[in-house]
Amino acid sequence: MSAVLPISDPANSDLSTTESPPGPQRVKRLRWMDAAFEQLTRLFAFLVFSILAAILVSLVLGSAPTLEKFGLGFLWNAEWDPVKEDFGALVPIYGTLMTSLIAMLIGVPVSFGIALFLTELSPAWLKRPLGTAIELLAAIPSIIYGMWGLFVFAPLFQTHLQPKLIGTLGAIPVLGALFEGPPLGIGMLSAGLILSIMVIPFITAVMRDVFELVPPLLKESAYGLGSTTWEVVWRVVLPYTKVGVIGGIMLGLGRALGETMAVTFVIGNAHRLAVSLNAPGNSIASALANEFTEAVGDVYFSALIELGLILFLITTIVLALAKLLLLRLARHEGERT
Amino acid sequence: MVRVLAFAAAAAFSASQALAVDITGAGATFPYPIYAKWADAYRKDTGVGLNYQSIGSGGGIKQITAKTVDFGASDAPLKPEELEKSGLIQFPAIMGGVVPVYNVKGIEAGKIKLTGTLLADIYLGKLKKWNDPALGKLNPGVALPDQAISVVHRSDGSGTTFLFTNYLSKVSADWKTDVGEGTAVKWATGVGGKGNEGVANYVSRIDGAIGYVEYAFAKQNKLSHAVMANREGQFVAPDDDAFKAAAAGADWAKAPGMYLILTDQAGKGSWPITGASFILMHKVQDKPENAKEVFKFFDWSFKNGAKMAEELDYVPMPEAVVKLIRSQWKAQVKDASGKVLY
Repeated sequence: MSAVLPISDPANSDLSTTESPPGPQRVKRLRWMDAAFEQLTRLFAFLVFSILAAILVSLVLGSAPTLEKFGLGFLWNAEWDPVKEDFGALVPIYGTLMTSLIAMLIGVPVSFGIALFLTELSPAWLKRPLGTAIELLAAIPSIIYGMWGLFVFAPLFQTHLQPKLIGTLGAIPVLGALFEGPPLGIGMLSAGLILSIMVIPFITAVMRDVFELVPPLLKESAYGLGSTTWEVVWRVVLPYTKVGVIGGIMLGLGRALGETMAVTFVIGNAHRLAVSLNAPGNSIASALANEFTEAVGDVYFSALIELGLILFLITTIVLALAKLLLLRLARHEGERT
Repeated sequence: MVRVLAFAAAAAFSASQALAVDITGAGATFPYPIYAKWADAYRKDTGVGLNYQSIGSGGGIKQITAKTVDFGASDAPLKPEELEKSGLIQFPAIMGGVVPVYNVKGIEAGKIKLTGTLLADIYLGKLKKWNDPALGKLNPGVALPDQAISVVHRSDGSGTTFLFTNYLSKVSADWKTDVGEGTAVKWATGVGGKGNEGVANYVSRIDGAIGYVEYAFAKQNKLSHAVMANREGQFVAPDDDAFKAAAAGADWAKAPGMYLILTDQAGKGSWPITGASFILMHKVQDKPENAKEVFKFFDWSFKNGAKMAEELDYVPMPEAVVKLIRSQWKAQVKDASGKVLY
């Protein structure tokens, strides 16, 4: 929106009808205040840019030693040896992407279902308590999820669910490699599951809000034409709200990618590349949380900062892809109608 | 009115004075509980406070090098040449031990005997099962199960890991070449738990697990500890006497820059994985007043803090070592004009 407000035009400033028309002094003052206000908000807005730029610059400067020493090879080196100072980011990158993928695979459909139920199907008396429960879930600090994951979820997962997963899915020829290994209760799969629980409230809250924005007229027309609930959701609600839905998913993905404490507790924190999701792994954020305090030596320290830089870039790429997706969707819109 | 003002001024003056002499320190997390306890008692005794931030040894070294604190603290000693480069001295302030703990069904605490090389093989992933003949030979009469050994290590960089890996490097050539020593290393196998509590949790949950934690933590949480063979081939259980025995065998006087790691020490009763935590200070002090206060604090702690340390399952420095530390203070730490500060 343009920053030029009608109040800067004296002819339009008859908003205060009870007062006499403002004198030239007052007009001058109002204009000045308006200009000051505009500059102030602009300053705040540009603060975002400068903070972002400052973070990027300090990350790049901080990771200069490893950027020089390892170059691009840092990205696909699976070693992480603080003693011999040989560092690579492959294991944490893989762990970050894999756990986030699991979280999204589970979190998105479930959130979609919850939001749908809340807006379309739920009886009115249930809407409020359910909605509040979702918001409460979103407000729980991540350390609580981590501790719950370690002390409650992991033992249950280890004794009940994991052996069954290994027994059934692990037996499938190629895909089975993902579910091999002893049931430890902790590992990438556990981290992904905990993450999925953590992102559900975020995605659900956004989806519910945008679903509620769909004009009842549209939905009722579709129902009137004989559509089933599913058809209304798929053909009317989703197309109408796709920008918001994708935004919600991206919000959840952003949280999953950067989540630190909860993942640290259950991922197993091992810098080893493993195909199996039952094996312990590492994520960028949890590697940082674990190792920053005792990272002695320039190369080690710089390797951790470069991990931070990579996480920053991954998030940027994800956001850019989401934007591209939205643009493509918007372009196809014209063709359909 | 005048009296009120005078009182206020006096109060403000004394407050600012108290602030001026508060000591600041930062670093190792392992000795934090005892430093905090000492600081609390010291403040009650003298009115001087200590602000110690347990941000980790790496952070402590960075902060003291940048002179943002009066002293730094590190679990691993700095090598003499590193001290020289940064113009620092170091001295040990407190000792503790690291204890292997296990969770094998039906086997009680202290029943499993281990040697350093076997422990290294387990952590290298070479020794995979509890009923391995090598373990069986060492533990006749103990019903070791046909079960995989699940290795648990620290995921965060830690002084505990430093002592553990330093010990394994001393007793196993394979460990030294493949892994080495450090506050964080490249583990060959196993899962990582965050902090002592993370390791303890994994060990108690995973059947057949083995891990290592600080002695105080193992004792307070009643974890099943292993019995270790020391350098003399004697099997010892971890307790205060075993740590003191390890400390007694150490020759601090001959160690340049007090660079001494107490693992694998001689002495029949000595626990093999013992270590000290160190304090770092600048040799040339820009703020001599603060350095004097730091000396006073540790002087007081060495004199009055032994019992507090034992209550928290640390091991206080022996009197002979404290004497040596005091002579180091005198000989090495000076203000800009070269005046001795202790």
